[in-house]
Amino acid sequence: MVIRGGLVVDINGERKADVRVEAGKVAEVGTKLRGDREIDASGCVVSPGLVDMHVHLREPGMEEAETIETGSRAAALGGFTAVIAMPNTEPPQDDPIIISAVKARAQTALCDVYPAGAITKQREGLELAPMGEMHSLGVRIFTDDGACVASAGVMRSALQYARSLPGAIVAQHAEDETLATGHMHEGEWSSRLGIPGRPAEAEEIIVARDCILAAQTGTPVHFLHLSTAGSVAIVRAAKAQGIPVTAEAAPHHFTFTDESCATFDPLFKVNPPLRTKDDVAAVKAGLADGTIDVIASDHAPHPTETKERTFEEASPGMLGLETALALGISELVDAGVMTLTELLALMSWSPARLSGLADHGATIEKGVTANLCVIDPNLEWVLDPANLASRAQNTPMGGRKLKGKNRHTILRGEVVVLDGQATR
Amino acid sequence: MKNLLSISDLDQAGIIEVCDLTDSFLTVTHRDIPKVPALRGKTVASVFYEDSTRTRLSFETAAKRLSADVMTMNMSSSSVQKGESLRDTVQTIEAMGVDAIVIRHRHAGAPNQVAAWVDLSVINAGDGRHEHPTQALLDVYTARRHLGDDLSGARIAIVGDIRRSRVARSTAKAFAQMGAKVTLVAPPTMLPDSLAGWPVTATSDFDEILSDVDLVYLLRIQHERQDSMAFPSLREYVSRYGLTNDRATRLGPEVLIMHPGPMNRGVEISPEVAESDASIITEQVENGVAVRMAVLYLLLGSGAPVA
Repeated sequence: MVIRGGLVVDINGERKADVRVEAGKVAEVGTKLRGDREIDASGCVVSPGLVDMHVHLREPGMEEAETIETGSRAAALGGFTAVIAMPNTEPPQDDPIIISAVKARAQTALCDVYPAGAITKQREGLELAPMGEMHSLGVRIFTDDGACVASAGVMRSALQYARSLPGAIVAQHAEDETLATGHMHEGEWSSRLGIPGRPAEAEEIIVARDCILAAQTGTPVHFLHLSTAGSVAIVRAAKAQGIPVTAEAAPHHFTFTDESCATFDPLFKVNPPLRTKDDVAAVKAGLADGTIDVIASDHAPHPTETKERTFEEASPGMLGLETALALGISELVDAGVMTLTELLALMSWSPARLSGLADHGATIEKGVTANLCVIDPNLEWVLDPANLASRAQNTPMGGRKLKGKNRHTILRGEVVVLDGQATR
Repeated sequence: MKNLLSISDLDQAGIIEVCDLTDSFLTVTHRDIPKVPALRGKTVASVFYEDSTRTRLSFETAAKRLSADVMTMNMSSSSVQKGESLRDTVQTIEAMGVDAIVIRHRHAGAPNQVAAWVDLSVINAGDGRHEHPTQALLDVYTARRHLGDDLSGARIAIVGDIRRSRVARSTAKAFAQMGAKVTLVAPPTMLPDSLAGWPVTATSDFDEILSDVDLVYLLRIQHERQDSMAFPSLREYVSRYGLTNDRATRLGPEVLIMHPGPMNRGVEISPEVAESDASIITEQVENGVAVRMAVLYLLLGSGAPVA
């Protein structure tokens, strides 16, 4: 199989080239390659497959919202060849048995699925989960995502313990729950709308605290979905001091502001909440200058009935796998914040390296595993939630004109998405 | 106009139109048979997801005096308790051929969502901490009867837990829309986190403004729900923000006192002040029925002059 006529882009830069794929590997990169099967990449970018460090696949326990199969199909359609599945399943991924079960279910997925393990039992923030046993099954990302590890003592223990687990990263959902008691960003719009708020300082206090703990323990801390200008400044200062912290940002946090909530549409409800214009600008600046290391979608499917409640009752979260790339292209590349190659770094090889995934985000050269995506950065399309692969439809972008779309996805040499359609 | 979701749905002319209609309906309510056929054949559903005797009775009385049929939904004992979604509930009500839903909900924005889901008229009877537009209309109406139709320059202090008050969010805007100079008075823990977009000023010193007001509007202190660490004790609240007899003596002789009810006598207002000539609190309740008749008539009526 030959991917023909594209612009090949990876960590080494870009060049016009065809890519031959054989037996699940890249066999040759060159010009004028021919094959019995040819995949058209003209006008497109051929990139290492995208990697999403933050998705909720909802299996086990909430299969009415998403399954590993439907979520991985959405991922493949979005250009992703690997995702990290967050542990807030039911039961939670806090135990090697659940980790093994998820991995087994993911064998037939349309992308590689790497379950994250919980930091604490039941994600309750009280007692450490068996991180070592989960680590021995390949788990590298530990997080209680959806819940913050509120206790500084528990967080410090987790970081100290993780020193014995090579490559382990402890990822924090940074929101102090004694401050983040409401449902949207606390500020001008929450005050106007009478919706109780979740202030920026709820996030920043935990980010600052955990930078201190990362410095003290030496264990890397990864901040999930960084959303405020203050958090970006804290992480920037910590990195300047050599403290081992990394951070991600979600596309909705560099696309929407809290003003979106003025319609009371719960599709805009997400934790941490949509912030102000200044925060959006700071997140973009953080992505541009390397303070924020990766873009992660925080893909969070919810059944329609949990979004047809009042804003205060509705579940927080929105879909992201099939829109992440387009939002990156329109809000970051077209807006002049970065080049397409820099965007792909944030969405492919940076998260692959951070997550320790050697088979993903690799330089496209002979011998590497053929995890690839072929992106048409100029294709304009209109999102119809009913056409998404996810079982749920909770995106506020229905009817929105988007630019940039994944066209083909190659998973270990198998074409799982061809011309924007999943092949299985 | 189809819905009344926010006081911002009305400009100054709109508020004046409601007030003028209210004048007509007030005369109706003073007749021996206080009823007109204006909404005969119309059905109004009052859908209250939160207990409220006063507002629900006021709306239902208003609808009946306009000869509308009234359906009362007691949401605490309905299928909502069985897990039915808000959308399913209101679409079921719509399917019964109702013309308007009067909705009270404990969460902000519920009426806005309902209006997006159904075709009939939606009237907000109070949603969470968001708005209570008919309260604002009856407040403006009542104030105009005492301060004159032109409220421009009138100095109005709204005192209490502004941050958590739907009444404040509507009434402050309505008074400002009429040209009044509105000052919010509360400890910083009870002022909005941001005043951007609020046409008001704010202070945490009640005593400082006592000599500089024409009307003091007191909000109910929800001390039974005092879990928000907004003030240390009721005693301290009364001493700093209560309209005590002592503070009342420092108000000008013509200053009016309003309150949306129900009052906590001895907390935000002393019993003597509540009963004083300055208090027009009972009149607010009386006007409330006529104001709601005006709103229902505007949304559902034929547009013909009131008989």
